[in-house]
Amino acid sequence: MLSSVNFEIAKTHLLAKPRQTLIAMLGVTFGIGMYILMISFMQGFNEFLEDTLLSSTPDVRIYNDIKTDFSHSILDEISDTAKVLNVIHHPKPKDITPNLKSSARIIEDLKRDERVLAVSPQLATQVFYVSGLVQINGTLSGVNILEEAQLTGLQPKMKTGKIENLLTIDNGILMGHGLANKLNVHVGDMISLATPKGTAMRFRIVGTFQFGIGSLDNIKSYVNLSKVQQLVGKDNQYVTDIGIKLKNYDNATDVAKEFSDRYGYKADDWKTTNASAMVSILIRNVMTFVVSFTLLVVAGFGIYNIMSMTIQNKLKDIAILKAEGFSSGDIRQIFLTESVTIGVFGALSGLVLGFILSSGVYNLPFPKNDFISITHFPVVFHLKHYAFGMGFGIITTFIAGLMPSIKAGKIDPVAILRG
Amino acid sequence: MSIVLSAKNLSKSFYEPEEFQVLKNVSFDVQKGEFVSIVGKSGCGKSTLLYLISTLDTKYKGEIFMNEKKVTGLSQNELARFRNEHIGFVFQFHFLLPEFSALKNVMLPAEKLGKYSKSECEDRAYEKLKWLDMDKFALKLSSKLSGGQQQRVAIARALINDPTIMMGDEPTGNLDSVNTELVFDILKDLCKSKGQTIISVTHDTEFAEKSDRIIEMKDGEIVKHEN
Ligand SMILES: Nc1ncnc2c1ncn2[C@@H]1O[C@H](COP(=O)(O)OP(=O)(O)OP(=O)(O)O)[C@@H](O)[C@H]1O
Ligand SMILES: [Mg+2]
Repeated sequence: MLSSVNFEIAKTHLLAKPRQTLIAMLGVTFGIGMYILMISFMQGFNEFLEDTLLSSTPDVRIYNDIKTDFSHSILDEISDTAKVLNVIHHPKPKDITPNLKSSARIIEDLKRDERVLAVSPQLATQVFYVSGLVQINGTLSGVNILEEAQLTGLQPKMKTGKIENLLTIDNGILMGHGLANKLNVHVGDMISLATPKGTAMRFRIVGTFQFGIGSLDNIKSYVNLSKVQQLVGKDNQYVTDIGIKLKNYDNATDVAKEFSDRYGYKADDWKTTNASAMVSILIRNVMTFVVSFTLLVVAGFGIYNIMSMTIQNKLKDIAILKAEGFSSGDIRQIFLTESVTIGVFGALSGLVLGFILSSGVYNLPFPKNDFISITHFPVVFHLKHYAFGMGFGIITTFIAGLMPSIKAGKIDPVAILRG
Repeated sequence: MSIVLSAKNLSKSFYEPEEFQVLKNVSFDVQKGEFVSIVGKSGCGKSTLLYLISTLDTKYKGEIFMNEKKVTGLSQNELARFRNEHIGFVFQFHFLLPEFSALKNVMLPAEKLGKYSKSECEDRAYEKLKWLDMDKFALKLSSKLSGGQQQRVAIARALINDPTIMMGDEPTGNLDSVNTELVFDILKDLCKSKGQTIISVTHDTEFAEKSDRIIEMKDGEIVKHEN
């Protein structure tokens, strides 16, 4: 327990040398301030990115992965492989249809699963967008737009038009904003779509969307599911993907594995789908912690230095306090209190500095660009970051002050008093 | 009369730079209310002896009893507590804490003891300072006081917990003759009017002669007890 006499002595020491105290404090302030700035900005960017990814990818996606594993041949099953060696040159996949068989049953089953919030079947295909002489390669997704909107958060990403237009206009198309720009088409215009197999169809543009991800906005469009089934000449059960939104997207990895096992198709969770982005998020997190940790360790060394110096200058005082009856523990407590006080006030002002800096960054306009649709820098203000900064600041100064304080406690008064 | 301090066969050696026995079987008693001076040539071991009996130095052979309690072998924490309650120090160099006022310097040992409330500690400190005619400087920073004034504050500090024994290592060693006289009179008066036991190391023969008893040392041994 901190005794009030010890606290008073510590306080007097700190106030007697205000400049030295302030400098020690500023080290911590700067460290914590930078930590808050970095973590708020990096985390903000990560959250923005994660949000963008999540809004454009379903939590879990079930699809039929085309197998190109030819290590095993059906010939092996009818011949005695002990005697015969079957060699097949240049194997090629047969004309398989990449659809999900018995999709209706899977969808029914998924809708009954209590972890699932929404299910959206889709039929995706390669298309050429033809406008005049311009042909652009892209993808087309046939969906039930209301179900799809539940899944991906398409609604808030609409740049022009409304998603409901797709329900009223049978041959309507929602087009990626970047794609529409490239084709120089606007809402109300007609556009021709052709499949690699040669079929073609005309659609009327009823809206454009922008996810903020170039690889989607520049190539993708949505139309009604039945239209794509018509375009590729298949029946109304024919779907290639089932997108699933979960109640808790953190479970996606486990759930995806379970669905994959249950239905016999490939199921990817959003982390797998966006693996490269997840890696960059991880790298940013690691970087933030490394840099912040370094700053705080430097601040810690500053405190260690100042405390060692202070104690060196106070050998006589320590000796006299011991002669008066203060124990080693008391002396330790006095100097530890000093460094932790420096830590507490340094960290507090660091939080304020961090808040001011990150507010400043938050208010900076983000350079305008076609791929990322934000107006200012993404910065988050999470209480937990501030709590962590505070805690870490105090712990660092505690550790930095511990060694000099223990040394101070061990000082032999006789050696000093003798002179 | 009761014995407040009893030193039995105290021996102490230093091993650095080479083995050297500073104290050789030193034994003596001090009665309650006595004013004892320890004298001897420089280097004969007076300070060393004082640090032993004040419990600051624990590396010695022999035994020390204070108020019939054996202090030899107590833990460092117990000794700190014991010093706080029973021993008051006055050193040659005044050794006040420079960042604190005179009053606060006097109060700290009492606050550490925890026997009195803070305001009681303050009252007691004022009372001691007043007795030493230092109350008007109570709130002055101790580093801003003159040598003689500092020494009087140091005496007030030594007295704050009404110690069993007050110990001084050349308490007048760094003072001019006027202040030496003053400090000596204070100590004498303390002994006479309040029955305070005092043990003081000194070089000043005049000072020593005015005390109740002189213990003379030579080469780590007591050579003469004089009343
Ligand atoms: N830490 C130490 N290591 C080795 N020898 C020491 C140490 N401290 C003191 N001594 C020696 O012990 C002897 C006694 O020292 P002490 O300080 O007790 O003398 P003193 O009688 O108080 O002298 P003075 O009158 O000069 O103060 C001296 O010879 C001194 O050199
Ligand atoms: Mg000496």
